[in-house]
Amino acid sequence: MAGYILRRLLQAVPVLLGTTFLIYFMVFAMPGDPLLALFGDKAPDPALLERLREQYHLDQPFIVQYFLYLGGIFHGDFGTSFSGEPVSAILVRTFPVTIRLAIMALIIEFVGGVLIGLISGLRKGKLFDASALVVSLIFISLPIFVIAFVAQFVFGIQLGWVKTTVSAGAPIQDLILPAFVLASITFAQLIRLTRASVIETEQLDFVRTAYSKGLSRRRIIPVHILRNSLIPVVTYAATDFGVLLVGATVTEGIFNVPGVGRTLYQAIVQGQGPTVVSFVTVMVLIYLVVNLVVDLLYGLLDPRIRYVK
Amino acid sequence: MSNNPNTSTHYVAPLEETPLVAIDAVNVGERKSNLWIDAWRDMRRRPMFWISAAIILLVLIVAFFPTLFTQVPPNDDCQLSNSNGGPTGEHILGFTKQGCDVFSRLIHGTSTSLSVGLIVTVLTTVLGILFGAFAGFYGGWLDSVLSRAGDIFFSIPYILAAVVIMSVFSAYRNVFVISLAIGIFAWPATARVLRAEILRVKQSDYVMAARALGVSNFKILLRHVLPNSIAPVIVVTTISLGAAIVAEATLSFLGVGLPNSTMSWGNDISAAQIDLRTAPQTLIYPSLALSITVLAFIMMGEVIRDALDPKARAQR
Repeated sequence: MAGYILRRLLQAVPVLLGTTFLIYFMVFAMPGDPLLALFGDKAPDPALLERLREQYHLDQPFIVQYFLYLGGIFHGDFGTSFSGEPVSAILVRTFPVTIRLAIMALIIEFVGGVLIGLISGLRKGKLFDASALVVSLIFISLPIFVIAFVAQFVFGIQLGWVKTTVSAGAPIQDLILPAFVLASITFAQLIRLTRASVIETEQLDFVRTAYSKGLSRRRIIPVHILRNSLIPVVTYAATDFGVLLVGATVTEGIFNVPGVGRTLYQAIVQGQGPTVVSFVTVMVLIYLVVNLVVDLLYGLLDPRIRYVK
Repeated sequence: MSNNPNTSTHYVAPLEETPLVAIDAVNVGERKSNLWIDAWRDMRRRPMFWISAAIILLVLIVAFFPTLFTQVPPNDDCQLSNSNGGPTGEHILGFTKQGCDVFSRLIHGTSTSLSVGLIVTVLTTVLGILFGAFAGFYGGWLDSVLSRAGDIFFSIPYILAAVVIMSVFSAYRNVFVISLAIGIFAWPATARVLRAEILRVKQSDYVMAARALGVSNFKILLRHVLPNSIAPVIVVTTISLGAAIVAEATLSFLGVGLPNSTMSWGNDISAAQIDLRTAPQTLIYPSLALSITVLAFIMMGEVIRDALDPKARAQR
């Protein structure tokens, strides 16, 4: 296990260096003044430009700039936002809200997705299965902002069940609708994955053995089938975390949830290039760390993985 | 034994053809069959194939000949007095905030979405095939370098990457730049699928036979390995066309996509969001057009996948 952890950690290093370099390269190695380009057609304040030049070490050669920037990241220095507040301080303030929203979305997604997927798989070809497949296909095709607006329109405006935007402290009851919207994008894939996995597991020898031993379906379904079907479902959660991050940006923006996603959303909409770059970097780092953690957990759950290169 | 091969079911090849072209007995009465023919037979029986094909065809016709569907100019005839107005006889879907015809803008915006989808797909497929084929077929250090490069691009969610690129190139926002911004980070998915398939196909007997006959490595890749491993790439390509259309709309929605002067569903949805309460039609219809188009491409990808993959067929 120690060897596996070490190998996996070492593999993460080039990817970490590569992704940060790529982002930095895209932004700061372009011809012309990168800062002016980031502001688009708006003319920035000279004092702000001066501060940003200093912050990104633009007076140094490119490769020196990159390593100074990387050093800053390891010290938790992600730059400063437009209002002059350090990005790390904004993160501390907004992250708990996003985590709360993400956990709610994940619970909805897993409970709903696994349950529907399991029933679909067990009743392959029946009416429930066919309708679940059609509905999941529709949800896969709908862009997140369309789902968000339709939900806001139907539940917020027409039915009036929930508030259309989230109030300041982001209480749980306000987050229910955004959490459902966020869950809906990955939910459909989860149904299909669980369904396929259940169908495959159902045909395996140990399930047949369990039936021939005379065990009841009430025991076989949760213990033998469901538990063994969940292995690919867990890995899927990690690979799809990127979709969830983008989804959180749009969802938090639309429902005005005061989290990390809305901060990025507002920076994008207001054309604050440098802040966008800082937050995208942060999100990519979070994405990498989550993937690494899930990989390590996966090695813990399934011993076969540890020995495969 | 009959000498006429057409009347017998078993045809014995003349002696001069037998040594290397080892056809001993071919059942000429049997229907021709290979992966593609089987897949086609499977697909054309399914209603989902015909529905998605019809929608895709309709979208293509709308994109190429928008004037067949509407005579109302999308931009020139806008009257602010019609702002957010409901449907009238000639303007069946009502008006936008600027007083433009919703239906006409929807029809004329089709080509934008479709062009971005097509350019991104061509880009990701070319890059994916290049990286995937060389990594999978040659292996060794080339595989390590190409696969790690793919890992790095794969580690940045492509919409976030496109947001950064579009922020940097804010002065040059057009269909090509946005397609490039999406495609440059979306190719590793294709490359991974192709690489895995090539690793499998590479072990086949016919590849070894070609190698034994002295066919050059590159020619084996081109003539034997690639054609036999392209099936999963076609599935990914069809589905990614839908995903690219969504990506463009999302970027335009966020305001870093196409400039407001370009007609696109994403831009129209973005502009309509403020008036969701008072004029939902300005938001609902472009969203509907976007979703149906994407649904058609994803459905088509699923149908092709089911047809090409016997394992998926068994699960139905």
